[in-house]
Amino acid sequence: MMALVAEPKRKPKLAVWKFASCDGCQLSLLDCEDELLAVAGAVEIAYFMEASRSVVKGPYDLSLVEGSITTPHDAERIREVRRVSRHLVTIGACATAGGIQALRNFKDVNDFIAMVYAVPQYIDTLVQSTPVSANVPVDYELQGCPINKKQLLEVIGAFLFGRRPVVPPHSVCIECKTRGTVCVMVAHGTPCLGPVTHAGCNALCPAYHRGCYGCYGPKETPNTASLSRWFGGLGMGEDDIARAFRTFNAWTEPFRKESTAHER
Amino acid sequence: MTTVNGDMTEQLHDKRTVVIEPAGLDRLIEVLSRQGYEVVGPTLRDGAIIYDRLASTADLPVGWTDEQGPGTYRLRRRGDNALFGYAVGPHSWKKFLFPPALTLWRARQAGESFEMEAETAAEPRYVFFGVRPCELQAMEIQDRVFMKGAHIDPSYRSRRENIFVVAVNCGHAGGTCFCVSMQTGPRATFGHDLALTEVVGNGSHYFVVETGSGAGAEILDDIPHREARDEEIAAADRLLCDTAGRMSRELETNGIRDLLYRNYENPRWDDVAGRCLTCANCTFVCPTCFCHTVEDVTDLDGRHAERRRPWDFCFTADFSYLHGGSVRSSAKSRYRQWMTHKLAAWIDQFGTSGCVGCGRCITWCPVGIDITEEARAIRESER
Ligand code: SF4
Ligand code: SF4
Ligand code: SF4
Repeated sequence: MMALVAEPKRKPKLAVWKFASCDGCQLSLLDCEDELLAVAGAVEIAYFMEASRSVVKGPYDLSLVEGSITTPHDAERIREVRRVSRHLVTIGACATAGGIQALRNFKDVNDFIAMVYAVPQYIDTLVQSTPVSANVPVDYELQGCPINKKQLLEVIGAFLFGRRPVVPPHSVCIECKTRGTVCVMVAHGTPCLGPVTHAGCNALCPAYHRGCYGCYGPKETPNTASLSRWFGGLGMGEDDIARAFRTFNAWTEPFRKESTAHER
Repeated sequence: MTTVNGDMTEQLHDKRTVVIEPAGLDRLIEVLSRQGYEVVGPTLRDGAIIYDRLASTADLPVGWTDEQGPGTYRLRRRGDNALFGYAVGPHSWKKFLFPPALTLWRARQAGESFEMEAETAAEPRYVFFGVRPCELQAMEIQDRVFMKGAHIDPSYRSRRENIFVVAVNCGHAGGTCFCVSMQTGPRATFGHDLALTEVVGNGSHYFVVETGSGAGAEILDDIPHREARDEEIAAADRLLCDTAGRMSRELETNGIRDLLYRNYENPRWDDVAGRCLTCANCTFVCPTCFCHTVEDVTDLDGRHAERRRPWDFCFTADFSYLHGGSVRSSAKSRYRQWMTHKLAAWIDQFGTSGCVGCGRCITWCPVGIDITEEARAIRESER
């Protein structure tokens, strides 16, 4: 990876783009507070509508993209963003996995439109909500719903200095045990998606006696079938197992296959 | 303190066997605390028995026990006031000696060069209060890894050399224990300053205490005690005998190294791979697993960098990442690596099995994979 700071005297230009999403991931950047000054010192925030209306023209050295592609207009715009971006990093479950709105992908979108909108003919939408990577090449994907701000800073820092981001793709269990939490599945019998979910949240839910909801999406090599069998043994029905895998990251291949296998 | 150099043989001292009442243990904690030690031991948290600070014996899981099985752990009331009536939980002492996250050094930009700062935080002096016999062996195994080879880990050594060990012999066999197979319990034979056997029932409650070091013998001067009577020693021995007879699991170790070396292609590995989540809980809870990695991080302004040393796990893809990809990309290769290292290659590497029979990996595996069962299946496939 080439370091962005290699060119002297010019601060790299950062852009933040929004597609179909709730803004939560962009807010993680604003939420950085103490570190935001360091970010502003290290990069020129050239395009960030959530923070400022002033716009610096592209091209941009690093584009952070939030949100999934859900309309023909989105599909066009993401190609334009790719064209003006040297590095494109997707942030959050919507941009990397299609988001909760990808639940439409399992059904006929026209049924939803008819159900929700009084005047459906004004709705111009795609049949599926897709991740950015299904539309244009991406350089890095940061998972999470919402993303972890520390990981976001880590990714920005890594791109600035041309090193690999330290964002381990292993299980939530490793974070859970590192912070000393007692396993809710083993000690309480509470179903937990931690063993198949990508780390990054610092195992928040088990620390509050809840099973992991899978907000960070699949980890590397997730064995969802084995975990589902165990969930069954804990008394979970097929519908509940299907629902557990069908949330913010429902459209990722491992979770999609697993929920479909339990759907009736 | 127990000697950590050489072969963990007992320090020369006049070994004594005495009896201490429960109140005497509070006195022991008090005396050691006053000497500047931080006392850590078993305590209840979130439905399990973990290791943390103890202010007095009231912080112990008094009257509690555990029911353990593959992938399951539940606390239960015992119906008495035993202080140590349970088996090991999800924590092990290695978290104090070999912390799961450690910063090794920091570097700051200073003009054209860097200033390095080594981490020099003073290590606490710990009393490990309630160490089980299998855990003494686990510490001995980690000593071989961190202190007895060609390379000595300074952080580990400075923590290890300063501990005071109060061992507790096991009067309760946990639901996943197999220390008898691994010859590590249920009685402590080395590596402690004091070793207690708790005798409770029929209206009496006392501890038969054996000294294991000069420091252990010395501290008795400050603790109310009396010489143990023969029948008290016999009662303690009977208890440990009973525990040994109640082991829930067995692991046949005869020829196990060659057995596993011969069976690299056994179909059983595919079977376990169908169940294994590659979540790494087993390696996390195992008291002997020692793998760690180093990672470098920088600030956004690039003027500050640090090197950290978190634990690493042979169940992750990154663990075996070489140029271009992970060498062990499948769950099969990762589980096989873990078990074959633990039970076979460890013997070649460190002269001992890497397993002490504590059962943690069985209990805390979210899908209940049982190392004794996997080893048995491989052995039986040859019959
Ligand atoms: S509580 Fe969940 S995340 Fe934590 S160790 Fe157990 S299964 Fe893994
Ligand atoms: S392999 Fe399992 S039983 Fe053996 S020492 Fe490790 S955690 Fe305990
Ligand atoms: S054996 Fe169990 S605890 Fe270990 S990685 Fe596999 S599923 Fe996780």
